[in-house]
Formats: sequence, structure tokens, C-alpha cells
Amino acid sequence: MTNDRPALAATVLDILRSIAPEVEPGTLDPTRPLRHQVDLDSMDWLNFLVALHERLGVNIPEADYARLVTLDKLLDYLLERRVSRG
Amino acid sequence: MMDFKLPSLGADMDEGTLLTWQVKPGDTVKRGQVVAVVDTSKAAVDVEIWQDGVVAELLVQPGEKVPVGTVLARLLAPGEEAAAPAPAAGPVTAAAALPQPVTSPVPEAASTTVAARHPVSPAARRRAKQLGLDPDTMRGSGPQGAVTLADIEAAAAGRVAPAPAASAPDRQQVMRQAIAAAMSRSKREIPHYYLSDTLPMAAALAWLQQRNEGVAITERMLPAVLLLHAVAVALRRAPQLNGFYRDGAFQPATAVHAGVAISLRGGGLVAPAIHDVGAKPLEQLMHELADLVRRARAGSLRSSEMSDPTLTVTNLGDQSVEAVFGVIYPPQVALVGFGRLAVRPWVQDGKVRALPLLTATLAADHRASDGHQGALFLAELRELLQQPQALADNIAPAATPEGNNP
Repeated sequence: MTNDRPALAATVLDILRSIAPEVEPGTLDPTRPLRHQVDLDSMDWLNFLVALHERLGVNIPEADYARLVTLDKLLDYLLERRVSRG
Repeated sequence: MMDFKLPSLGADMDEGTLLTWQVKPGDTVKRGQVVAVVDTSKAAVDVEIWQDGVVAELLVQPGEKVPVGTVLARLLAPGEEAAAPAPAAGPVTAAAALPQPVTSPVPEAASTTVAARHPVSPAARRRAKQLGLDPDTMRGSGPQGAVTLADIEAAAAGRVAPAPAASAPDRQQVMRQAIAAAMSRSKREIPHYYLSDTLPMAAALAWLQQRNEGVAITERMLPAVLLLHAVAVALRRAPQLNGFYRDGAFQPATAVHAGVAISLRGGGLVAPAIHDVGAKPLEQLMHELADLVRRARAGSLRSSEMSDPTLTVTNLGDQSVEAVFGVIYPPQVALVGFGRLAVRPWVQDGKVRALPLLTATLAADHRASDGHQGALFLAELRELLQQPQALADNIAPAATPEGNNP
């Protein structure tokens, strides 16, 4: 598994598109709230997190949801969690 | 000899196209078994049979579009003598592709040849239309076979000349027309009344948070599940909101099969049932809800899910509006709406506090109930959500499920 940011971004996007197939790669602004750009209800969001957990081995507690608003912040969070796991 | 007819799949579906048969003449079938897949504008529906029997004759061929009520097949009743040399009962050895017979009212989906629709990106759909291609017949290179713009371009490049525009009407359009017809009928025929109430949600959210902290992410529960179960329990106090208005009279249902409004990506709405909501533990409801949402969006639902809702619940909460006043889905008599969960000012113990609140609404058929019953229902809903543990423990055994037998 990689800690390389672009590769991680590609994986995250891949997972996102499995939930929201209408997302075209390259159209997302990583600095704007993700859920303003992609139609994700609470079920979609949970499924997204479950898939991240399965693919990347990172468990995201509910208390951390507020930190994941944009794609950039999500990637920051994931990289931080993976580094700390060694 | 018994007729197996195409069952009603909801007020906004008058017809369907047979995609595949899952059984053949001579096969033994059991109540609840999926025997055919029928395509509608909303989903490829696994059609379940409501009688035990042996298939005698299939009357409709794959590709045929038929109205609801059409006799699709004839069956021998159990024990009836067969004219042809087919076994009347007992294990059928020749049916290698026959799914396992099941006896539960909501069996596992065992069909192997469902023609599930693959998701199509809006850009791909627009381009396909320009080129006269039908993206719904393609399997693409995206996740879950999703059809992307690249797939459309590739398909076009592989052709000598663009195919003429598909003669079958656009699926979205057909679905839109069907929804329009059902909603227009509802507003013409059903005298709606509307009630709303604000539900304090601090206790419920605290309970959920504590419960979710201790479990794996795959076991995390959404507030929607607690709300659904609360609706089912509250209906015990207001049975005039749960059932059907048909032939000039209200017929109460014995169980609560809640239709869950699910928006389809790319537009459209479907509200399939979770059966016996009041009789299942919350963990089971969560799994069933997740599974239902996934299958609804993949366009793969069962006929009992389409025809059995005894009322509908719509939860636009997550991102959007404060309250939703919906249109009742005939022949149901009520629609419960939940708006956005948000922290707002609220007076508690004489002081103004910032608390999580949610607006619950009820749209109800005035032929079946009065405002008083509706108000009792909402009041009960509010009270139940203040004691979430008791609500979670409040599980009543299921009555025999009602079904819209054709």
C-alpha cells in the first residue's frame, strides 16, 4: 500500500466513483466541500467510508467526520493515519 | 390450473417488459420464489410468485411488454394431475438453474440472470443520445460496469455509421411520465392534510453515538434506521395511517411495511418496502436498508418490495430542507417526512439551548384519518425518540405479511 499522495488520490477517486458513478475524473475541486460537488446522502457517505476502510485499512471514527469536508482534507487525514500506523 | 399474473408494481407502473424467465415448464415453484425478471422504467424487478405449484406453460416471451394483470404463465396447483409427463410434486431434477426454493416471506434474491442496469454518467448519456446509441444496453469500463464518456466514444468509433436512434423511449422519460401519472392521480383523488412537529433529537443522537463508538464501521447505524423503527412503533397508536384505501374503503394493514423513498442517481425516485419494520432488531434494519438502497440504485428490486408498502417514509434530511411535505403514493394513506437534522435554538427547562432538532411531517388521506389521529401519531413519534434504548428494545412479533396478491 502506498503513502504517495497522487496514488492515494487516485484510489480515493476510484472508490468514490464506485458509489457515485456519474463523477467524471478531473472535475472535482479538492478545496471545496466534497458533498457540495457530489450528491452523497448519509448512506452513500457511510458506504464510502466502509470502502475506504476495506481498501486502505483505515478506520474513520464518527468523531472525525467533521475533518473530512474536502478532498484535500480527506487525503491529509488518510496520509496522517497511515503514517502513524507505520 | 392457476394463472400467474404480472403483479402490480406500484401506482406508477402500469406495464413491464419480460426480460427473462427463471423457471421452465415442469419446474416446481414455491411461494415467494423469483420466477421471472421484468423490466420497468425504474428497475429490473425480480417477480415473485405467490403460490406453490408446478409450471405448466409460459405464455409471455422475453422481450414482450405487457400490462399489469397479464397472465404470464399457467401453473398446476400442488397435487393437481399434470396432462403432460411432468412431475407434479417433489424434487425436480432437471431444473439445474432453478434457485433454491425458499419459505420465508422475503427470500434471498437467488436469480443468476438478472439484467441489471449499469450506471451511466450524465456526460455519457448525453453523448450517447447525440450518437443514437442506447447506453442502457452497454456494459462500460467504469466501476460496477458503469458506462463512461470514453465507452460511448469507443462504441461510436467502432461503428461504420451511427445506429438509428433507439426506438424504445428514453428510460428517464418513461419513468418521469409514470411518476407524473401517479402523483397527479394522488392529488386528484386523495384529500391530503398536513401536520408537522419538531422532534428533539439529543437523546437519540447520544444513544447512536455511544452505540457506534463500540462497533466496527460496517456495523455503524444511521439515524434513519431509528426513525424508521420509531414510525413503525408509533403506528400502533394510529392504525388509520397504515394500510390502503381501495374500492371506497380503508383497509388497515396488520404489519408495517415501510416504503423507503430512495432517489436514483441521474433522476427519478423509487420507494420499495422494508417488510415488518416494527418486528426487526435495529441492526437487521440497518443491513436491510443498506442493501435496499444499493439494489434500488442498481435497478434490481423484488416485486414484493414494489407492491407491499403500507405507507412511505421520505428522509431528505442529510443535506437539504428543513421539512418535506410529500405526496401520498396511492393506494397508501400516509407519507411521513423527515427533514434536516440541525442544531437550533430550543427551550428546555425554561432556558434557551442549542440542541439537535428535526422536523417530522405527516401527509395523510383525510378519507382514512382525521387530524387528531395524525397528531397522536406525531406526538407518539416524538416521545419514542426521547427514549432510544426502549425504542430499540420495542420489537413486536410480525403479523402475517400482507401482499398485493394479483
